[in-house]
Amino acid sequence: MPEAKYTSDEMMTIAAARMIRNGASCFVGIGLPSAAANLARLTHAPETILIYESGCIGTRPSVLPLSIGDGELSETADAVVSIPEIFAYWLQGGRIDLGFLGAAQIDKFANINTTVIGDYHKPSVRLPGAGGAPEIAASSKEVLITLRQNKRAFIEKLDFVTSGGHFTGGNSRAKMNLPGKGPTAVITDLGIMTPDESTKELTLTSLHPGVPVEKAIESTGWALKVAPQVATTEPPTETELRVLRDLNERTARAHAGQA
Amino acid sequence: MVRDGDVVALEGFTHLIPFAAGHEIIRQGRRNLTLIRMTPDLIYDQLIGSGCASKLIFSWGGNPGVGSLHRLRDAVEQGWPAPLALEENAHAGMAAAYAAGASHLPFGILRGYLGTDLPKYNRVKFIECPFTGEKLAAVPAIRPDVTVIHAQKADRKGNVLMWGVIGVQKEAVLAAKRVVVTVEEIVDQLDAPPNAVVLPSWVIGAVSEVKGGAFPSYAQGYYPRNNAFYKQWDPIARERDTFQAWMQRHVLSTNDFDEFKRSLEQEVTHA
Repeated sequence: MPEAKYTSDEMMTIAAARMIRNGASCFVGIGLPSAAANLARLTHAPETILIYESGCIGTRPSVLPLSIGDGELSETADAVVSIPEIFAYWLQGGRIDLGFLGAAQIDKFANINTTVIGDYHKPSVRLPGAGGAPEIAASSKEVLITLRQNKRAFIEKLDFVTSGGHFTGGNSRAKMNLPGKGPTAVITDLGIMTPDESTKELTLTSLHPGVPVEKAIESTGWALKVAPQVATTEPPTETELRVLRDLNERTARAHAGQA
Repeated sequence: MVRDGDVVALEGFTHLIPFAAGHEIIRQGRRNLTLIRMTPDLIYDQLIGSGCASKLIFSWGGNPGVGSLHRLRDAVEQGWPAPLALEENAHAGMAAAYAAGASHLPFGILRGYLGTDLPKYNRVKFIECPFTGEKLAAVPAIRPDVTVIHAQKADRKGNVLMWGVIGVQKEAVLAAKRVVVTVEEIVDQLDAPPNAVVLPSWVIGAVSEVKGGAFPSYAQGYYPRNNAFYKQWDPIARERDTFQAWMQRHVLSTNDFDEFKRSLEQEVTHA
């Protein structure tokens, strides 16, 4: 059998998709999380309940939405509720198993920044802001984060904590009495990090095939902890790759040529 | 119905965004507005870049799936065309603030904002639940002077029907002192099922038919979201001069939304 050829972004999306348990209720952010969650639904996790903050519950889009509230999300949903309802009854009500977030920046305790780079009142880069993320991070039973790994994104100290992960590590999250247990994995284009059980510091536990450990260390803005035994992520299967590429092609066709 | 200095909410969460009404505010040259919207989207990029706003109350300010709102960023980062004060929330907080506004309560309450830096910069305060002792966030109610929404249908009496992603429009309407609604069509009979989202005419100040008035967002049952336009907006808005030329050509030089859409079509034909 010839070796499958795939990109690091494809590996990231596929590795993230595998983290989704079939049947989980999954509150999905737009972009990489949405791609991974839909891939999961189209492969190993057909019963996954996808929930978007636009109020669409149990949605089954045939292409990836560009926005969090594209028409196809509501047309294919089991239920469409208002914004106050989705955040109050469904998210704060404790009905979300898995929150799935992207980020502009992340620190070693999986806190994320999507607000500003630089001083808040004189930012060098003004990012979009919080959206639903702070409460997704607080109230989902478990949180996954996916983003590309480089030194601008993985930084020692965030200029702004938009959404809390494990805060200052150790039992700092537990002391805040947040409903959910916080981030359980960060999936990047290089590998997978999970919080250390006691310190809660992100630790490299898996590298994608062909990625040297030095690359992951160099792409992290703090001294990255590496697990004693680092696994190698299973490469994408032919099915995973085919389904992901079909999805991306359908999406590109659907989003082009309307204007 | 929108005056200089008003606190104005144009709501619609990715769906039913009142673009036509927003363009009219720009044409009328309104100034010093406090703009409220959970997701500012392209319409607030246009209002901010046109100098209509002095303050923005929001919770997520990007071009969904595309990137930045460049006019919003330019106003915040460089103060162009005018400095823009921000009051920044999370979606859950903003939803609670609108719901409190609709209830005429002083504040909304939620299990939120814990451990984030947002309360250092907005008006959120933490309170203790009098029954359980849980620490909860209190957000001041939103009470716009004017709320503007776009919906699918109204009947001749002015009752308004909407469906699909309904966002926070009902709360934004009931929280406001004055309400303006544009609709895809005015019909003799709404024929709404009993639990449909119907806003009765007596909570609405004015209804106007503007077909396609949510373009380039969408109106479910009428037309899809024009995702290609959302992508095209990125290079238009990136530079001040391309933005101003586009606004001049398509918004300021047209009299209404029909003319605006015809002028866009002509540009596509000539391209």
